[in-house]
Amino acid sequence: MYTQLSPGQGMSADVAIVGAGVSGCAIARVLSAYKLDVILIDKEADVCFGTSKANSGIVHGGFHHNKKYLKTRLEIEGNLMFDRLHRELDFPFERRGILVAAMHEDELKHVEYLYQQGVDNGAIGIEMCSRSRMLELDPQLHSDCVGGLHAPGGGIIEPYRYGFSLAESAMKNGVEIVVNFPVARAEHSTAKGPNGQTTTLFAKNGTKVSAKWIINAAGLFADDLSRILGAEDFTITPRKGEYYLLDKLTRGAPRKVLFPVPSSISKGMLVIPTVEGTVLVGPTAEDILDKEDTATSGTMLDSIFDSARRLVPAIAMNDVITSFSGLRPAMDSGDFYIEPSKIQSNLIQVAGIQSPGLTASPAIGEYVKNLLKKQGCILEEKPDFDPFLERIPHLRDKTSFQSEELNQHDPGYSRIVCRCEKVSEAEIRSAVKAGHHTLDGIKFAARAGAGRCQGGFCTHRTIQIIHEETGIPLSHISKNGPGSEMFALPVGPPALLGTSPPAPKVSELEVSAPNAADQPGKSNQGGQA
Amino acid sequence: MTEYTLDAAVIGGGAAGMSAAKALVDAGCTTALVEREQTLGGILLQCIHNGFGVHEFKEELTGPEYAERWEDMVTPLAGPRGATIFTDTTVMELIPGSDEGGFTLVCVSPGSGFFHIRTRAVVLTAGCRERNRGNIRIPGTRPAGVYTAGLAQRMVNMEGCLPGKDAVIVGSGDIGLIMARRLVWSGCRVHGVVEIQPYPSGLTRNIVQCLNDFSIPLYLSHVVSRIHGRTRLEAVDITPLEEGRPDTAKTFTQACDNLLLSVGLIPSAELAREAGAQLNPLTGGPLVDCRLMSTVPGLFAAGNGLHVHDLVDYVSAEARRAGENAAAYLSGYQPARQIRLKPGSNIRYLVPGTLDPARPQPILFRPMIVKNGAILTLSLDGKIIKEQKKNHIQPSEMMQVDPAKLDLGNLELRPDSVLEVSLS
Repeated sequence: MYTQLSPGQGMSADVAIVGAGVSGCAIARVLSAYKLDVILIDKEADVCFGTSKANSGIVHGGFHHNKKYLKTRLEIEGNLMFDRLHRELDFPFERRGILVAAMHEDELKHVEYLYQQGVDNGAIGIEMCSRSRMLELDPQLHSDCVGGLHAPGGGIIEPYRYGFSLAESAMKNGVEIVVNFPVARAEHSTAKGPNGQTTTLFAKNGTKVSAKWIINAAGLFADDLSRILGAEDFTITPRKGEYYLLDKLTRGAPRKVLFPVPSSISKGMLVIPTVEGTVLVGPTAEDILDKEDTATSGTMLDSIFDSARRLVPAIAMNDVITSFSGLRPAMDSGDFYIEPSKIQSNLIQVAGIQSPGLTASPAIGEYVKNLLKKQGCILEEKPDFDPFLERIPHLRDKTSFQSEELNQHDPGYSRIVCRCEKVSEAEIRSAVKAGHHTLDGIKFAARAGAGRCQGGFCTHRTIQIIHEETGIPLSHISKNGPGSEMFALPVGPPALLGTSPPAPKVSELEVSAPNAADQPGKSNQGGQA
Repeated sequence: MTEYTLDAAVIGGGAAGMSAAKALVDAGCTTALVEREQTLGGILLQCIHNGFGVHEFKEELTGPEYAERWEDMVTPLAGPRGATIFTDTTVMELIPGSDEGGFTLVCVSPGSGFFHIRTRAVVLTAGCRERNRGNIRIPGTRPAGVYTAGLAQRMVNMEGCLPGKDAVIVGSGDIGLIMARRLVWSGCRVHGVVEIQPYPSGLTRNIVQCLNDFSIPLYLSHVVSRIHGRTRLEAVDITPLEEGRPDTAKTFTQACDNLLLSVGLIPSAELAREAGAQLNPLTGGPLVDCRLMSTVPGLFAAGNGLHVHDLVDYVSAEARRAGENAAAYLSGYQPARQIRLKPGSNIRYLVPGTLDPARPQPILFRPMIVKNGAILTLSLDGKIIKEQKKNHIQPSEMMQVDPAKLDLGNLELRPDSVLEVSLS
């Protein structure tokens, strides 16, 4: 369960990690094995609600970049750590393998280059493939393929459940997670001496968190946080990636992660099987200015699908169940920026974590721990650290005989709430108990509402279950946090057009925010929208 | 694990399911009726407006009343020789038998856990789902406040919660129109209904009673081109179409805090698809022959799970035929021959796909055009056998023709005969 501070309330710890994306969660989990008070804070209502929830879900194969980059070294190291994490934390992960498919001879030259880079980087099992080997490895591949590269160590992962399980494991081992805490300002204490300095972070509503060590894992907002802390000045540029999600029943589901060969004109679209059986097509790459602009454009649709069909001809636009955008927190250097601040000695910067950040995240956790140690933070192992999480069984993975056993323990396993993804009431209740109190949180944790009807049938049941488990009034249950309440108003007297103050017809591009008083949830939840 | 063995199973206890189950039991078949909710009735229960039952009961009922009439007919059929009604039960899997035909339904219910139902015939009456934002790909942000009309209908009519104070509705399908009126009555202003086609896609009576009576603007040939708002919907862009393409220069922005989507329905045919049945890409439901039987022998379909209907009365009637046909199948009846039915000019699709001259059953279809004074033509192997004048046709109103009146017995039928239905 997450902590939410009430106005004026404060907490203190040895280490405060700002930003509960996969990097922050991975760092928190590593530190939870030591005798340290650790607080992980996030501005959103749940963890992994930023970049970490909207990405390709790929565990990369270690051949895309040169190992002179920190990101490549951490990618290779991180990749190897996933088997153990998967055993400990039980998030969906499969080493499906990655294919880079060349569609003509010229492209094969670039593939050879990637192969050599992979070999130099130590990517395990990487191989060059003939056309027939490629088509054997993935029969969905376009028959125009002339050859390519196979990286069997690459894989796919459900990014949010990976992040959630890191957070849960950290909490199990004593880390406090504080949500709805956007850092507005910071104060450094003047006390000197060994580890004498502390830093206090304040949210807008006056709540505060103090710690001896601060880790800036604020993703897209790492540059803003660095300035708030009076540390280095750098710039994070949001780079938007747009994806389309295809129904499980699509005929175009590949077995492996399929990459085209990047050309000088276009990077091309990936076709990615997901662990849940759906297929992702994307991502685009577009530098933008607004760090919260996750709007989808729709303009790229045709070119995205044309590109994807060059890899897998069976992909059909009719199979689209939803589209979304994610923002990569890119830095000019193109590399990760993970080092102690040269200005604030108790700060570790963990910024610029764009692709392959998800793959690298387990290694980032270890890397940051070592930096802390080098900076003088005393790390003493906890004897009672428990790396394992209890498995929450999912009905859709079970045979009917196994499911019958589940039903014996909890009849809630026998009431299906989400028909498209076959999610039972018991699984949703477990997700709520784990701290996910928003519809998006439930969707990411339990998959209710993630299927082809996108919540058309189960939203009202999920709202009801959140209400029953938490006591939050129906009108306060939100999509993804304060301000996004779903059904905030009770049925009232008729409202004909023109009878009450008519809504203004705003002219083009002049979109005014509706009056805050129109949104009951907003006014009494501290304005953290 | 408990196992039930019955003659037939009906999956889905809404309008279609209750009718199919009743027809099966009336024909002497032991029948399982499986419904995932705790009560029978399906989507009818949230349709509290009237207009149901004009054909079946010769009176105008509300959705719950119509459901209750059927429930009162079906419930007394329960018994070891009649119907076994499983409510609060979800069919997880429909497995066709390998050797002698038949099906196993893997079911789950909180009361009894997992259990199997074994039958020789199945009627799939699982209804339909709504197309959503992803299906029509409206660009923009993803705030709260964008809902399918059916979800909003459920929340308003059954939970007493409003989706907001200022609505825009996309699509002039019947649910959208009915929700426009419902929202106004319940305290939410409706600023317009946006329809991509140059004509409404709902029933004419609903345009009149739900929009015109409340002065709600209907924007024909318009699309919602963008969604604005970070956490909560703040506004939508509406763009008129000029010669079928968005005329972006004329885009205007309408402030609103909720957007309801009524942009079409898709039959829930997943169980049929998983059981191996071929789907009709035009209807989204299974391909069916003259008996409403899919390409999997013994698997029948009816109602909105077969193709989306406008009127519940037609759903009940179609499902009754499916139930009767399933009973005939169980008693060993096989059509001696089937005439292929072919959609001709201006016809989007025909259901079913074939005709049994010995047991001719109504053919349902949708026109592709709007026209006053249209001619419906039926031709057998290229020879016109019937022409009929229609006052008004439009894609949103399903049409029916009853070949029982065609006097097929006196026509020369070849094994490969084709009956074509066309409109001009």
